[in-house]
Amino acid sequence: MEVLKIATAGSVDDGKSTLIGRLLYDTKSLTTDKLEAIEKKSKQLGYDYLDFSLATDGLVAEREQGITIDVAHIYFSTANKSYIIADTPGHVEYTRNMVTGASTSQAAIILIDARKGVIEQTNRHFFINNLLRIKTVIVAINKMDLVAFSEERYNTIKSDFETLMGKRDYQDQKISFVPVSALKGDNVVNKSEKMPWYTGKTLLENLESIAVQDIYNVGAPRFPVQYVIRPKTEDFHDFRGYAGKVYGGELSVGDEVVVLPSQTKSKIKAIYFHDENVETASRRSSVLITLEDDVNISRGDMIVKANDLPTIDKQFTAIISWMDDQKLTASSRYIVQHGVNKVLAKVACIHNKINPDYSGTEDTVDALGMNDIATVSFKLNKPIFYDAFKNHRTNGSFILIDSQSNNTVGAGFIQ
Amino acid sequence: MKNTSQVNPLENEAIYIFREVAAQFEKPVLLFSGGKDSITLVRLAQKAFYPAKIPFPLMHIDTGHNFPETIAFRDRLVNELGLELIVRHVQDAIDEGKVREESGKYASRNVLQTTTLLDAIEEFKFDACIGGARRDEEKARAKERIFSVRDDFGQWDEKNQRPELFDMLNGNIELGQNVRVFPISNWTELDVWSYIQREQIEIPSIYFAHTRATFLRDGLIWSAEDAVVYREEDEVVEERLVRFRTVGDMSCTAAVLSGATTISKVVEEIRASSISERGARIDDKRSEAAMEKRKQQGYF
Repeated sequence: MEVLKIATAGSVDDGKSTLIGRLLYDTKSLTTDKLEAIEKKSKQLGYDYLDFSLATDGLVAEREQGITIDVAHIYFSTANKSYIIADTPGHVEYTRNMVTGASTSQAAIILIDARKGVIEQTNRHFFINNLLRIKTVIVAINKMDLVAFSEERYNTIKSDFETLMGKRDYQDQKISFVPVSALKGDNVVNKSEKMPWYTGKTLLENLESIAVQDIYNVGAPRFPVQYVIRPKTEDFHDFRGYAGKVYGGELSVGDEVVVLPSQTKSKIKAIYFHDENVETASRRSSVLITLEDDVNISRGDMIVKANDLPTIDKQFTAIISWMDDQKLTASSRYIVQHGVNKVLAKVACIHNKINPDYSGTEDTVDALGMNDIATVSFKLNKPIFYDAFKNHRTNGSFILIDSQSNNTVGAGFIQ
Repeated sequence: MKNTSQVNPLENEAIYIFREVAAQFEKPVLLFSGGKDSITLVRLAQKAFYPAKIPFPLMHIDTGHNFPETIAFRDRLVNELGLELIVRHVQDAIDEGKVREESGKYASRNVLQTTTLLDAIEEFKFDACIGGARRDEEKARAKERIFSVRDDFGQWDEKNQRPELFDMLNGNIELGQNVRVFPISNWTELDVWSYIQREQIEIPSIYFAHTRATFLRDGLIWSAEDAVVYREEDEVVEERLVRFRTVGDMSCTAAVLSGATTISKVVEEIRASSISERGARIDDKRSEAAMEKRKQQGYF
């Protein structure tokens, strides 16, 4: 079955958790015991409605404060698809959490409070989803019940949002709008009787119509070697297989390949998909490859097709989303984890930073703080094999690790 | 010859995670309980390293309250696959006075496992413990990372977790820390059952419908056949056709009424079920934050 990962974005109190709870409830994904727990808790808190956010806010502190702190993963399915929703909080570490949630998602839902309309945060939510080149974005205009289900209000917000869309970098993004009331259940799973003027798809119908297969820009096949398998058993005495996941296009037996960084040429001898022999390894499959020639390959090397090489360089420029309390400064050192490859990196230059209101950029910056997004150049201690993020989602992205705390402190998108 | 066009994204993700563990850590271990999730993990690990053997041992933290069927199954599986199995017993920690046995109606050894687990991690210097927890099981688990860092007291700092981006897994840790790894984080209960069905994986017999002497408490069905399950005199024993949906400690795992005698009937039943899997686990019902609390203390 197809699995669709969705990121959610909304400001505090836009009703994100309620919307997800509503999706679960109306698709009958909430089990009796979970529902009973929500009923009990809602009553205890003195609400006269079911607080669906209680289904997703999993930590004690979250329930105490009535907010979402950390990314939660929610699962539900229809006859057609399995869904994984990354419920990302709108607070403090908003950008960090949104980038994290969106990095593994293929679609996004942006929530707007119909009373407030397009606000500064909406700008940010849209910017991040566009930066991460999320192909399908659904703008859910929520709390329509509080604006008397007004078509005029919906149209104003829609047209305000369309103004934002003019500025986007990634123009192929598909954007659709749905007026909903998560609390009352209008246009989430079931068509609203209160908004006969809206003839489009409900939120769920929008999700159901996304074709998961078309989501990634394919790009050239890249095979980062994760692990070398040498069984040293009688049956597989001299066997040397290279384990990894195929990113981008596909690889087939007989393909002429180049191993990076040694640039050694060889041919694919066999492909094992788990315990079976296969002819072709399609993208995102975890396989084991053997080569015709005896090549010295270790973890972090990359097997690519001979006619389509990535950039091989000891420097690159990337958009960085900074995620740590400790600031990124010019000339500081980090570990770049690019796929399975880890190299040491030094900040060469911070070029410009996106303004907090996402209206433009600031040119003279010497440090980046939590939630900042900026263009940064790096120098590496050895070459990596990369593509631009816009051409290759996987081979164009990386994470930054602080070598002292070992924490993941940033995400990067190679220009 | 076939190609891989029928890719199961969850299976491929899990295999990728297993290979990352083997590459990034020096001493990984697979925590094996004999339940369906850890049995699924073993199959995925076999696939991840084929044609080589699984490059790490299995470890079972035995509460002493396991279903006998599960233990027999565990030993057979380990033998057949030629795997190394480490067993550490909660009873030993009780005998040494490290932990005190709970008493009364709701007594369970589930919480006590944590001490034995942490001791074993220290004894073998494991730096990665692979487990079969899934995010759909419980809402504290929904917040869990695939690589989840624990300090040297085994504690989970849930409010200060590393962001996990793309499919890049950061396994950098300090000496003394360890990482809990959850390769089937993104699977649901139904995904696991469908996989068991597709792969024709053998599982212990208690997952299938059988007649068992049982009694009712708090609306749940408990086994009356096993001495470790506490029963009050006025709790009436009756034979029922049941199966178990999860296989934990006998004292805290309730059965469900079921006539499902084959995998396909089990899958059908779960598809139609309106009760969550952990709805029959009394350890989660202790309080709303039961799992979060246990995880903070190093519970798996």
